[in-house]
Amino acid sequence: MDRMKPFTYDLQALLDRHQRLPHRLVQILREMQAHSAWLSREDLTLVADALHLPLAQVQGVAEFYHFFHTQPVGQYRVLFSDNITDHLLGSEALLHDLCHRLKVEPGQLRADGRVSVTTTSCTGLCDQGPAALINHHQIITRLTPGRIEHLAALIEKQVPPTHWPAEWSRVDDQIRRADVKLGVQPAPGKGIAAAIARGPQAMLDDIKRSKLRGRGGAGYATGTKWQLCRNAPGHTHYVVCNADEGEPGTFKDRVLLSSYADTVFEGMTIAAWVVGSRQGLMYLRGEYRYLLEPLQAVLQRRREQGLLGHGIQGQTGFDFDIEIHVGAGAYVCGEESALIESLEGKRGTPRIRPPFPVEQGYLGQPTVVNNVETFSAATHIAVHGGAWWAGIGTAQSTGTKIHSVSGDCERPGIYEYPFGTRIGRILEDCGAHNTQAVQVGGPSGVCLSALEFGRRIGFEDVPTAGAFMVFNRTRDLFEVARNFAQFFAHESCGFCTPCRVGTELVVRRMNKLKKGYGSSEDVQVLYELDKLMHGATHCGLGAAACNPLRDTIAKFRPAYERHLTSLHFAPGFDLDAELSQARLATGRDDTGAHLENIP
Amino acid sequence: MSSNRIDALSPGTFTLDGEEVEFGPGDTILQAATRAGHYIPHLCWHPDFHPNGSCRLCTVKVNGRSGAACTVHAASGQEVDSNTDELNAQRKTLLQMLFVEGNHFCPSCEKSGNCLLQATAYQMGMEDPHFEEFYPDRPLDASHPDLLLDLNRCILCGLCVRASAEVDRKNVFAMGGHGVKTHLVVNSASGQLADSALKPGDRAANICPVGALLPKRRGFAIPIGQRKYDHKPVSQQVEEGAP
Repeated sequence: MDRMKPFTYDLQALLDRHQRLPHRLVQILREMQAHSAWLSREDLTLVADALHLPLAQVQGVAEFYHFFHTQPVGQYRVLFSDNITDHLLGSEALLHDLCHRLKVEPGQLRADGRVSVTTTSCTGLCDQGPAALINHHQIITRLTPGRIEHLAALIEKQVPPTHWPAEWSRVDDQIRRADVKLGVQPAPGKGIAAAIARGPQAMLDDIKRSKLRGRGGAGYATGTKWQLCRNAPGHTHYVVCNADEGEPGTFKDRVLLSSYADTVFEGMTIAAWVVGSRQGLMYLRGEYRYLLEPLQAVLQRRREQGLLGHGIQGQTGFDFDIEIHVGAGAYVCGEESALIESLEGKRGTPRIRPPFPVEQGYLGQPTVVNNVETFSAATHIAVHGGAWWAGIGTAQSTGTKIHSVSGDCERPGIYEYPFGTRIGRILEDCGAHNTQAVQVGGPSGVCLSALEFGRRIGFEDVPTAGAFMVFNRTRDLFEVARNFAQFFAHESCGFCTPCRVGTELVVRRMNKLKKGYGSSEDVQVLYELDKLMHGATHCGLGAAACNPLRDTIAKFRPAYERHLTSLHFAPGFDLDAELSQARLATGRDDTGAHLENIP
Repeated sequence: MSSNRIDALSPGTFTLDGEEVEFGPGDTILQAATRAGHYIPHLCWHPDFHPNGSCRLCTVKVNGRSGAACTVHAASGQEVDSNTDELNAQRKTLLQMLFVEGNHFCPSCEKSGNCLLQATAYQMGMEDPHFEEFYPDRPLDASHPDLLLDLNRCILCGLCVRASAEVDRKNVFAMGGHGVKTHLVVNSASGQLADSALKPGDRAANICPVGALLPKRRGFAIPIGQRKYDHKPVSQQVEEGAP
C-alpha cells in the first residue's frame, strides 16, 4: 500500500508509551490523529499489527467516534456547536456566512484540502456561545459576524490556530450563584485526611449517612454504589470519573474541572480509600481536550504534595494515582458501561447489564463510576460530615445541585442551589422574562411549561443532570424538539434496532412537518415511536430520545399543528406540484389542468 | 443492581404467558423458554452463541418491566409476558424498521423461504413496511470465490461476528460506523471478502439468518414453496433448532 502522507512523528514511541496495549486503542488513535489530521488505512493497519488486533476491529473503533476521520480532512476543521442555545444566538447564520466566505459547502472538504466547516453536538459553552471547535482541540467562544470575517481571513492566510487571537479562546466560569460546592474550597488534602482519620468503613458509612445521590442524571445512591464495589471480589478495583459531559446544555462539569479540579480529584481519592482502589481514571470528553494539560498539571502538583502516588499522606499501603483518558466525540459514552468500553479501547456501545460495573467494570474488575460533581460532593462530605450534607436540600435529594443556565435570559452561567429550589426562582435569578418553557436536564430531561414553574428541582419532582435551557415566547418549541431529535439521531450508537432506526424515523417525520408536508397522522406516528423507544431500547439514550417530543407534543401541540397543512390527512408530497411537470409536457394550463379546480 | 442473580444459579421455574417454565443454572429467559419448546421471536440470538441484545425482538415484560429475553436471567417466580398484543405490535414495528432500513426484496432473494427475518415478519402479521423506505446505498462484495456478501440485506445481528470470533477463531467480521450508518466490516487488508480468512465451511459462513452472506452457485436448489418456513411457521420450529 502506498503511503499517502509522510510520518511527521515517531509512531513507535507513541505505541511504546501506551505499552502497545489493546485497551489503549482509542487513546493511541487520538494521539496519532493529532499528528496526522486523519487516520489512513495504513495507519490503522500499523496499529492493528502493533496491538495484535484484527484490522476490522481497529477500523470499527475508528469509524465509531465522530472525532476520528478515516478519510482525508482539511488542514482546518471548523465544527460549530449545534445545540439549540447556539442556534438561538445565531450560529446557523454564522456557519453559512463562514462557508460563503471560504467558498465551501457545509460538511464538504474544500477542493484545495484547506478547510471543512460543519457542526458538532453541544460543546458545553452555551452561556458564551455561539461556540466552535477547531481541529478537535481549540475552542472559540462568543462568535460574531466580525470574528467570522477575521476567522475566514486567518484560514485563507494559513495562520495556525495557535496564533489566532487568544481572546477568542477565553472561557469564563460565569459563576452567578455559589453554594457549598462552588464556595470556599477545603485546602487540598483536607478531605483525604478526614477520610483516613475515619477509616474506610466509617467514611463509607458517612457517605451513606449523607444520602448523596449521583449527579450525572441517574441519581443512584453513591454510598450503595461504593459499598457494592468495595465488597465485590476482584484482584484490583477502579475509580472512574465520568467527565464526558455530553448532555446538550450542560457545562457545570467544565467549570468544576476548570477551577475546582482539586476537589474533584480529592473525591476520587476518597472513593479509592473506601473501595480499596489503586488506579483512577478520568474520562474527559473530547470537546474538553483543551482542559487536558491544566488537569494534568493539577495531578502532578497533587503527586508532589503527597496526595497521589505511594503512601498518600504517609498512610502505608494507600497507593492511588489518576490517569486521564480523552474521548473522541460520542455522547453515548456518558452511559457508564459505554464509557468503560471506550476506556478499554472499544466502540462505545453500552454493555448488557448485569453484570454492573461495580462488579465487573473496567477490564472486568469492580469499578465505581461517578460524575464529576458527585466526586466534588464527596470531598465536602468528608470534610464536613454526612449529617451536615443531609441537612441541606430535601429528604430524598440532599445537598446542592449545580445548574448550567443558558438560552433566553440576561445572566446565563452557573447557578448552585440546594435541592428543592423552585424552577421559577432560578428563572427570576437568571433574568428570564416572558418565558415560554424550560428544558431541564437537557434533551433527555423534561420540558416544563409556564404552568409548571412552581415545581421544584429534586429526584422526587424534577430530576436533572444540570442543564437548564430557557425559551421565551418568541421561540418555536417545535424547532427546539427538532434540534433535539437531530441530536439523538446523530449520537445513536447504532447497536439496537429501535434507537438506530427510530431516531432516524423521528428526524424524517420532523423534517417533513418542517417542510409543511405533515399531517396529524405523522404526529400519531411520532407518538408510536416514542412509546416503542421507551420500552424496547438497549440503553437509556434510545429510551430518552423521544422525551422532548413527548413533552412538546403534549404541552405545546399548537407548535406542531402550525406546521401541518391539514389537521387531518395530507399526502406526503404535493400532488399539484407533481402535475406541473405534466402541464409543462402537454402544454396545458387550462382550468381543468389544476388540482384545486377538480371537484 | 439486580437482586435476582443468585436465583439464576439454582434451577427453578418462572411463568411465560401463564405457563410454567423450568430453567437451569445461568439460563436467560430465552434459553429456558427455547429449551422448553416455547417460541419468543428473535433475530440476533442463537442458542450456540453469547447473546447480543441488539435486535430487541425478544423484548418481554418481566414482572411488568421491559427487558430482552435473551439477556435477562431467569429467576424463580418471575412472571413473563411475551405473546401479548402489545408486545407483538411492538415486534411488528421493529421488523418494519429493519425492512425499511435495508434493501429487502424477498421475491428476488435466494434466502426467501429460509429467511428468519421474512418468517418472523409473517409470524407477526407484517403486511406492509408502514414507514418510508430508506433505500440506503450499500455495497455488494462478490470478490470471494465461494461466498457472496450483500450488505443490502444485512440486519446487523452480529451472528457472523460472534461465530467467526467464538467458533472459527478468525475474527473475519466486525462492526463499523455508527448510528444509522452502522455496517459490517470485513477483516482483510483490502476490506474485501476474498482477501479474508473466511472459508465456505466456516461457522460464520453458514450462520446468516437473512440473505446477506450466501454461498455462490447454489440458486434455488430447493424450489420456493418447499423451503424451511414454507412448511411450518417459525413459531412451530423451536424444537428443530431454528434458526
